[in-house]
Amino acid sequence: MASVVPVKEKKLMDVKLGELPSWILMRDFTPKGIVGAFQRGYYRYYNKYINVKKGSIAGVNMVLAAYVLFSYCLSYKELKHERRRKYH
Amino acid sequence: MNENLFASFITPTLMGLPIIILIIAFPNILFPSPNRLINNRLVSFQQWLIQLVLKQMMTMHNLKGRTWSLMLISLIMFIGSTNLLGLLPHSFTPTTQLSMNLGMAIPLWAGAVITGFRHKTKASLAHFLPQGTPIPLIPMLVIIETISLFIQPMALAVRLTANITAGHLLMHLIGGATLVLTSISTPTAMITFIILVLLTVLEFAVALIQAYVFTLLVSLYLHDNT
Repeated sequence: MASVVPVKEKKLMDVKLGELPSWILMRDFTPKGIVGAFQRGYYRYYNKYINVKKGSIAGVNMVLAAYVLFSYCLSYKELKHERRRKYH
Repeated sequence: MNENLFASFITPTLMGLPIIILIIAFPNILFPSPNRLINNRLVSFQQWLIQLVLKQMMTMHNLKGRTWSLMLISLIMFIGSTNLLGLLPHSFTPTTQLSMNLGMAIPLWAGAVITGFRHKTKASLAHFLPQGTPIPLIPMLVIIETISLFIQPMALAVRLTANITAGHLLMHLIGGATLVLTSISTPTAMITFIILVLLTVLEFAVALIQAYVFTLLVSLYLHDNT
C-alpha cells in the first residue's frame, strides 16, 4: 500500500488506484500552478501537431472541431427545442 | 421560430460567467508567434499572408502613417479570424455585437482625426470645404461636411455589425426553410443550392474586413498625411 517513492513525485500513469485521491489533492492549485498546467498542455499539443516539419491541416482542424463541440455544449439549452418530436 | 432565430446572438454565459472573454481571446491561439528564421508550416503561411496584406495596404502611406502598421495589421487579422470562425456551426461571433464594433471604430477614427488636427491644423480644417464651391453655398456645405465627418465612426461600426448579423440570420432562415421543405421535395434542391451559394458569398466576410480596414485606412490617410 505504501510505496517507496513519495506519491507527489510520480507521474499519473505510475500512481496506484488507491493513491489517486491523495495524488489529486497534492497537485498545485495555486494560480501559478494552474497557469503552468495550461501552458504545459498547450505546448504539448503545439509541439506534437503543429510545430513539426511537415505539419498538416489536421493540427488546426482538431482545434476547430473542439471549438465547435464547445459551442454546441454552450448552446444546447436553446437547441434542445429544435429536436423533431411530437410533443416538445 | 421567432425566438430561436435570435438566440444565437445572445452573449454566451456559463452559469453567470462571461464566456465571451474566452471566445474573443480564442483566435489568439490560432496565430503562434514565430521563433526561428524558418518556422513550421502554419507560422510560415501566416507570415506570407501578413506580408502580402502589409505590402498591399501600407505602400500609400508616408513615414508618419506607417507607424500605424502594427495596429492596422492586427486589426485586419482579428476581424478576419473572428468573422471566419463565426462561420463554423454553433459558434458565436463577437463582431455581431454593436458594442464591440463601436469600441473598435470610435477610438481608431478619433485617433486619426486628432492626429490630423494636431500636426496639420490648417489642412485638416480645410477638408470641410471642397475646392471651387460657389460662395453662397459655403455655410451649408460646411455643415454637410461636418456631419459626414462625425458619421464616419458610426458608419464603420454599423456597417460591420449589420453585414455579419444579416449574413448569419439569412443562413439560419434559409437552413430552416430547407429542413422544412425536405418533406416537400421539389424545391429542396434549389434551396439547398442557394444556401451553398450564400455560404460561399458569406465567406467573403473576409472581404468585409478588407472594407473595414480599407475605409479606416483611407480616412487615416486623408486626415493625417495630406
